[in-house]
Amino acid sequence: MQVREAGLYCAPADAYIDPITDAVPRAIITHGHADHARAGHGHVWATPETIAIMKTRYYLTEETGETELTYGQRHDLGNGVTLWFASAGHILGSAQAVLEYQGKRVVAAGDFKRHPDPTCAPFEVVPCDVFITEATFALPVFQHPPLEVEVDKLMRSMAALPDRTHIVGVYALGKCQRVMKTLRLAGYEHPFYIHGALKRLTELYESYGQDFGDWELVSEIPRKDKHVFQGKIVLCPPAQINDRWSRRFEGPLPTVASGWMQIRARARQKRAEMALVVSDHADWGDLIRTCKETGAQDVWITHGRVEALEYALKKEGINAKGLNLIGMDEEVGE
Amino acid sequence: MKAFSQLLDDLYFTNSTLAKETILANYLRATADPDRGWALAAIAGTLSFDLFKRNLIKTLMMERMDPFLFDLSRHYVGEMSETVALAWPQSPDPVRLNRLPDLHEVIAEFQSRSKPEIRDYLITLLDNMAPAQRWALLKLGTRGLRIGMSARTVKKTLANMAGVEVGVIEELWHGLEPPYETLFAWIDGEAEMPDISKVLTYSPVMLAHPIDEEKDLDRLSPKTHQAEWKWDGIRVQLAAMNGEVKVFSRTGDDVSHSFPDLAAAVNFEAVLDGELLVKPEGEIGSFNELQQRLGKKKPSKKLMTDFPAHLMAYDILSLNNQSLRGETLTARREILAKFIQTQNSPRFSISKTLDWTSVEDLRALREEAAESGGLIEGLMIKDTSSTYVSGRPKHMWYKWKRDPFLLDAVLMYAQRGTGKRSSYYSDYTFGLWGPDGTLLPIGKAYFGFTDEELKLLDKWIRNHKLKRFGPVQEVEKELVFEIAFDSAQTSSRHKSGYALRFPRIHRIRWDKPAGEADRIEAVAALVGK
Repeated sequence: MQVREAGLYCAPADAYIDPITDAVPRAIITHGHADHARAGHGHVWATPETIAIMKTRYYLTEETGETELTYGQRHDLGNGVTLWFASAGHILGSAQAVLEYQGKRVVAAGDFKRHPDPTCAPFEVVPCDVFITEATFALPVFQHPPLEVEVDKLMRSMAALPDRTHIVGVYALGKCQRVMKTLRLAGYEHPFYIHGALKRLTELYESYGQDFGDWELVSEIPRKDKHVFQGKIVLCPPAQINDRWSRRFEGPLPTVASGWMQIRARARQKRAEMALVVSDHADWGDLIRTCKETGAQDVWITHGRVEALEYALKKEGINAKGLNLIGMDEEVGE
Repeated sequence: MKAFSQLLDDLYFTNSTLAKETILANYLRATADPDRGWALAAIAGTLSFDLFKRNLIKTLMMERMDPFLFDLSRHYVGEMSETVALAWPQSPDPVRLNRLPDLHEVIAEFQSRSKPEIRDYLITLLDNMAPAQRWALLKLGTRGLRIGMSARTVKKTLANMAGVEVGVIEELWHGLEPPYETLFAWIDGEAEMPDISKVLTYSPVMLAHPIDEEKDLDRLSPKTHQAEWKWDGIRVQLAAMNGEVKVFSRTGDDVSHSFPDLAAAVNFEAVLDGELLVKPEGEIGSFNELQQRLGKKKPSKKLMTDFPAHLMAYDILSLNNQSLRGETLTARREILAKFIQTQNSPRFSISKTLDWTSVEDLRALREEAAESGGLIEGLMIKDTSSTYVSGRPKHMWYKWKRDPFLLDAVLMYAQRGTGKRSSYYSDYTFGLWGPDGTLLPIGKAYFGFTDEELKLLDKWIRNHKLKRFGPVQEVEKELVFEIAFDSAQTSSRHKSGYALRFPRIHRIRWDKPAGEADRIEAVAALVGK
């Protein structure tokens, strides 16, 4: 394995993992977020769900070759390298890329989380020699609360302020669907009103058997019917919560659902009036626990708070080193 | 404590001032004494004691958490209290409380305990709290609460609750103390308005508007307006009644203890508004010299001899318990002049009025101020018919500051900000070229730019990193700031030999080559030293 300009590179298989700065001939893609998947590669290996997401986002064209591998399905990459995917628990179809070569096993985990998520398969621990991890929330201040606690906060706020419209900023892929599903499980019965940017991926999730109950596009409700939204939940991309778009609602209450919301100043920077700590990444405790559970002697850290994780793992006697991959934007991937 | 923490969160996350007022009013109505009074004090910043020291929090964390990881976390979060609130590691065998104590119980406990007991109590509370509650406790205990609610907004809330003008609350405010039970009894309609006439208090001062050169200059005439120097000292209110003397800062803080020499010279009953200055060897000293006297709990005899405190009086608010606030400025000034003359003391003088007949004269005087070596900040121009009104009434008093000095300096180091700017690089150290061709740091600035510019600067810094020294990030010496500042003092503490007063970023010179930034000699040339 090497670190090249375009990203993490497996030399014997001549393939990159999540190359992001450049299009490459052979790419293994762990999941569909924009800081891991992009357009223009020659051939792509990914899970069927990730392939579907990439198609929805126009990352795959006629010219792109594709190989779909379900979780656990072994595949010969040539030159003695075997690839298979294990679930990462991050979003629908998200996977850890497991590479086996000459009796050694390397696991590139991509982005992952350990907290339960009703919209994707749970994280699977794969014992390995080298574990390649992210470090998005790798500081002891990041201890993510259970999602139910945060959703309950939202439900209580809606009960206390029935005249307001709670506008929840969520990323279109993964976060949106996870929040909707959890709200349903918490007993929220009204239709969701969603921004157009969230539609296609929500439909894609539905095609994989997810049920979010009724939802409607905000754009299909006449402008004069402001009252329809009162006391209800509107979902939109984070940038829209304080944008002109949100002025069409009665008493908008800007809410952001993100792992960064744990830090209050971050919430204020986004002008959120309600901060829900909802993360699709492992928190500090889970990162360290996971690295230990894989039994890997070497841990490589791709992006995020690299310094802290490297330091803490070394203290545990693990050979940790930061790769400092560029292009993995800490805010986008979430 | 639970309700208090909830209140702080609600206020913190609410954007509109009006909504904040409603939230606070609802809490004050729904909460019993004395909890509501303590909460009010915490928010208004009137608590007079710490429950525990910041250092104790730090010590506890250092015992429980890896110091390196704690530092990384603190720099990332941008603030200690929140870092501790989030990362607090539970004690291995924590004492479990059946319920969280009320706010007043927490305060009473801390106040009655000895040092080691304070430590144990703090640990127990932190072990039993959720992160938001820990944050509230740490902020309360160290009096560091900032939730975007000004003292003025708090008073407006109280005024609305009581159904009176905010001025009524302003005048009561400094005569009352936490937990404000008499105040709430009055607001609830269960008692008369608290009587503070026997208490020697600060009464809010009258403030000036910066002059708008386009609109306001035409309003001025020597028949209706007087001009004075705006001295660069500390604006104070000196109040004396029944043999008691107090010196208050502009914000109402009692700073008497720092100026016993001035207080000892008082043998009258009056309230004076003026500028606190020092007069080493009978001449008005620089702000630098005055600074030696600030914040000293017990100034030494030598310090008081070297830098004797002096009050340059601008105004008189009352004399022999007779309020003069309703008199015109002309009338007050006559009384003040006579009063200062009778005192005949080197400790007191009157701010002289300046001769002028046209706006051109005022402009010339303002230029003169720029050559005072920093002693004079500019001009005060006051409507002579104005009565003494607290706050900042429009078109009564104007201040016309001299232009700031400007220098082109090079960005050297950056540090992440706190609060709203946490995790952005928003504190900048910049320098000027020294004689040997290296940069000498001359100051630090953290404002003067827009939010948009902050994002651009943050990005620039991330892409131009050099070494790191703890929280301080060294950057490539390529970016030039035009720095504005009010004055410069020679300083032995700075490598460059100068300290700038009130430096801020005037412009970011994205295109200017660093080699063309100013040299250190430029400071001396600018400020005439």
